Amino acid sequence: MKKSKAFWAYVAIAIIVYAVVQFSMSSGMIGSYYSNMLIIMCVNVMLAVSLHLIIGITGQFSIGHAGFMAVGAYMSAIVTMKFDLPFIVAIVAAGCVALLAGLLIGIPTLRLRGDYLAIATLGFAEIIRIVILNVDYVGGAAGMTVSRQTTWTYAFFAMLITIIVIANYTKSRHGRACIAIREDEIAADAMGINTTYYKVVAFAIGAFFAGVAGAIFSHQLFFIQPTSFGFLKSFDILIYVVLGGLGSLSGSVLAAVLLTIVSTYLAEFPETRMIIYSLVLILVMLYRPTGLLGTKEITDFFKFGKKGGKNV
Amino acid sequence: MTNLLLNVAHLGIQFGGLKAVQNVDIQLYDGELIGLIGPNGAGKTTTFNMLTGVYAPTEGTITFQGKTLNGLDPYKVTQSGISRTFQNIRLFKELTVLENVEVANHSLATHGIFASILRLPSFFTGEKKMEQQSLAFLKIFGLDVYKDELAKNLPYGMQRRLEIARALAANPKLLLLDEPAAGMNPQETHELMELIAFIRKEFNLTILLIEHDMSLVMGICERIYVLDHGQLIANGTPEEIRQNPKVIEAYLGEEVVD
Ligand SMILES: Nc1ncnc2c1ncn2[C@@H]1O[C@H](COP(=O)(O)OP(=O)(O)OP(=O)(O)O)[C@@H](O)[C@H]1O
Ligand SMILES: [Mg+2]
Repeated sequence: MKKSKAFWAYVAIAIIVYAVVQFSMSSGMIGSYYSNMLIIMCVNVMLAVSLHLIIGITGQFSIGHAGFMAVGAYMSAIVTMKFDLPFIVAIVAAGCVALLAGLLIGIPTLRLRGDYLAIATLGFAEIIRIVILNVDYVGGAAGMTVSRQTTWTYAFFAMLITIIVIANYTKSRHGRACIAIREDEIAADAMGINTTYYKVVAFAIGAFFAGVAGAIFSHQLFFIQPTSFGFLKSFDILIYVVLGGLGSLSGSVLAAVLLTIVSTYLAEFPETRMIIYSLVLILVMLYRPTGLLGTKEITDFFKFGKKGGKNV
Repeated sequence: MTNLLLNVAHLGIQFGGLKAVQNVDIQLYDGELIGLIGPNGAGKTTTFNMLTGVYAPTEGTITFQGKTLNGLDPYKVTQSGISRTFQNIRLFKELTVLENVEVANHSLATHGIFASILRLPSFFTGEKKMEQQSLAFLKIFGLDVYKDELAKNLPYGMQRRLEIARALAANPKLLLLDEPAAGMNPQETHELMELIAFIRKEFNLTILLIEHDMSLVMGICERIYVLDHGQLIANGTPEEIRQNPKVIEAYLGEEVVD
C-alpha cells in the first residue's frame, strides 16, 4: 500500500502546481504570453507521453504521431464549431476518433517491424494531412477558425489524466506485456503474450491521447491548418521521447517541458530553432546516448537505498 | 497405460531449398522425461521452433492433447500448454527477475486493462496473486533473493535458471528445454539436473530436453530421440542409443569433421 501513498503524494503535488499557476494566471502575475506557453507545454507533454507508450514502452517505432493529433484537432473543431456542442464533448470525441484512426492504421501496419513500421506510420500521417487538406468542409489548405475554449484547467487536467492513465497502464500486467514485447518479441510470444493485440492496444491508447492533445491545441490557437501537423510536428514529438530516454515516462515529460521553453523563446527565429534542436540532439546522442534519464524515472532518484542494489 | 500427450507425425520444414528437418515422428507420454540429441545443425532447435509455432512446418502434423497445433501462433501454443526455454538466452533484460516471471504468468491473470488503469480492487488482488505465484517459482530456483535485480545483471547460470522458472510460470503440461545446461560448470549442471527432476515431479510435467552433454542425457532421460541431418536416426532407451551403430557413426562422423 506504500505505492498508492506515493501516488496520492504526486497527485497532491500536481494539484498544488495547478492551483499556484491558476492563481498566478487569474491575478495577472502570469501574462498571456506565458500562459500560452504553459498550455502548449501541457499539449506537448501529452503528445510525448502518449508516444512514449508506443515507442518507449512497447518498442514500436511509430513516427507519425502528429497525424493522430491532427485527427483530434479537426474532430474537436468540427464538434464545437459546426455542431455547437460543449468543449468537453469535443475533447472526448477527438480522443475516440483518433483512437479509431489508430486502430485503422495500427492493425495492418503493426505486423511490420523497425524501419518499415516507421515509414508506414509516417506515410499514414501524411495521408491524414493530405485528406484534411482536400476537404473543404474543414477549410482545406486555408484552415479553420476555432474559438478559444482551452483554459489552463482543461490543459492541465487533460495532461494529468494522460500521465496517470499511461503510468497506471504501464505498471500492470498489460504494461509488462508491452515491455516484454519491446525487450524480446519472440520470447514474449513464447510466454503466451498476444503480441499483435498489445501492440494495437498501445497504439490505440497513444492515439487517443494524441487526439485529446489535438483538441486542447486547436482550441488554444484560434486557427488550425493542416501544415501545423506535418512531418516536422511528428519529428518534434519523436525528439521528446528520444531525448528524454526511451522507456522513461518522466524523461519524456522533462524533455517536452524543456524543449517547449526553448522553442517558445526561439519562436521568432525558426531557423535558429532547428539548428539548436539538432545541436541538442547531437550532443545528447554523443554524451547520453540513452537520453536524459535513460530508462530510469525521476522518482527512482528519490528512492534512497530502497533499490540501491539494482546493479549487482 | 499412460496418456499420449504429444504426437508428432512426419514433421518437416524446408528453408528455400534446404530441408532442415524431415519426416520426424515423436511420441511423448504423460510424465516422461525425454532427450532429443544430435550433432550441431541436426535440426533440434528447428524442431522446437515448429512445436512452439515459431516456424510453420511445411509437412506433417503436431497433435497435443488431441488438438492439432499446426498453424497456431506461438502465444496460443503456450496457452494450450507447451512452453519452452531458448538455446541463446532470451530474457527480458530490462525487466526485473520477478517481472520476467510475471510476464509468463500473464495469461493466468484476469484483471483487465480498464481495471488496471482505474486501479480497481480486481487490479490489486490480481497483481498480488501474480506476484505471489511468481515468487513461488523464483523460490524453487533459488532466485527469490534476486527478485528486484534486472535480469541482465544476473550471473550467467542464474539467467539460465530464470529462463526455466519463467517457462514454468506459463503453466505448461509439456516443457521444452533447449540446452538448459549450456555454458554451466559441472557443479551447476548437476544442481540443474536435480532441479529439473524435482519440478517434473512437483508440477507433473512432461519434459523434452535438448542437451549436448551425453552423460547427463543418458543419466536422466527415460528415452532418447536422435536427430542427424534433419532426420530421426534412432529412438530408444539410453542403453539402446549407446549401442546403436547409426548413432555412434553420426557422432564419430562429427568428431572427424571437427
Ligand atoms: N530460419 C532459418 N532459415 C534457414 N535455415 C535455417 C533456419 N533455421 C535453421 N536453419 C538451418 O536448419 C539447420 C538446423 O539448425 P538447428 O538450429 O535446428 O540445429 P541444432 O540441432 O539446434 O544445432 P545446435 O546443436 O548447433 O544448436 C541448420 O542447417 C540451420 O542453418
Ligand atoms: Mg540448437
